[in-house]
Amino acid sequence: METLSYRHTAARRAAGARPMAIVGVVASGNLEVLVERVLPGSDCQVEISTPVTGFAKVWEAVITDFVERRSPGGLRLSINDGGARADTVSLRLAQAVRLIEEDGR
Amino acid sequence: MNPPTDGRRQSPSWYESAARDRARLLLDAGTFAEFLGPEAREMSPHLGIFDLPRQFDDGIVVGRGKLAGTPVFVAAQEGRFMGGAFGEVHGAKLVGLLRAARDASRDGGTMPVLILFDTGGVRLQEANVGELAIGEVMRAVIEARRAGAKVIGLVGGRAGCYGGGGLIAGTCSALAVSEHGRIAVSGPEVIETNRGVEEFDSKDRSLVWRTMGGKHRRLLGGAELFVDDTIDAFRAAAIALIERAPAFDLAMLKAEQARLAERLKRFGSCADGLDVWKQAGVDDPAKVPGMPADEFIALAQHIGEGRHDAR
Repeated sequence: METLSYRHTAARRAAGARPMAIVGVVASGNLEVLVERVLPGSDCQVEISTPVTGFAKVWEAVITDFVERRSPGGLRLSINDGGARADTVSLRLAQAVRLIEEDGR
Repeated sequence: MNPPTDGRRQSPSWYESAARDRARLLLDAGTFAEFLGPEAREMSPHLGIFDLPRQFDDGIVVGRGKLAGTPVFVAAQEGRFMGGAFGEVHGAKLVGLLRAARDASRDGGTMPVLILFDTGGVRLQEANVGELAIGEVMRAVIEARRAGAKVIGLVGGRAGCYGGGGLIAGTCSALAVSEHGRIAVSGPEVIETNRGVEEFDSKDRSLVWRTMGGKHRRLLGGAELFVDDTIDAFRAAAIALIERAPAFDLAMLKAEQARLAERLKRFGSCADGLDVWKQAGVDDPAKVPGMPADEFIALAQHIGEGRHDAR
């Protein structure tokens, strides 16, 4: 199991007030993303746990692109990976931010 | 999915929905509150040993909410994570929920429990603790029922309800099943592996469904209700079964024993599901597998069963 952690400063804080959201499932080629509004200012942290080792550079590129596109300031995103491809990871990260930015529960 | 043409809201497919969505949409809007949610990170202590990925909720969602205004507990298994299998944490979350229902019912109010099965049984990587989890859940179901709680099983997920899940289903007060739902202990591949392909060909989908599928379970009397594959249909079934499920007492157990003895007498010599359906009074058993849900529900009501007010 490989664990990776990336910390970024986003352009702005994520919208909405929900404290937490979760998307996806840990299955082959899929992943779950737990997103929590727990960081100060526009800090953003992504923590990854994956059984597929040796892809740190791909993860880094996907996360950097995600932070630029979605500006997830104040959010900590925790990933349990089931061997998802980079496009699936991007999709789930975008879904997670969209969900936590929604109104209500 | 095609949009509804008659202006009604189309209820989502139970089979296609995720566990958390099933639990949330089954209950009255906005009432579902999860216990030990994913943010608690209560994960399996065993999977890491095998270098297998864990899931934040260990594949089961537990919580409380309201069903048609009545407070209920709900547990939903996620069949896509390791086949919805029971591990140590997964099982402990369900046991805790059932014990809470037992205590709430003992204290005067009754607290029904809805178990949304979607499981292949024990998570083999967790070995004995997985097996123990099944035993603890069965005991907890019986204790909750003895205290007066109705425990309703809903089966219609990808993984079906197999292995220890099938045993737990057998301890519930009542069951509702959809066409996709399969209820059994040994699954098709297990039977084939142990007894040979001549005994059971697991690739023969028709055979699998007429031996373990929802329609067969309903006609055999193993499930009280057969429902269409929508969240609304399962919701209506849960409300109806909480209402009509029998109390857990000696009279019910005697009725159940009598019902099982009669079933064995009626169907004991049947070699195939088709024979059972014929024996049960279905005029044209070959038509049953292709029958739309509403037509089958009408047929099943006509045929009867479950009339002994027993599981």
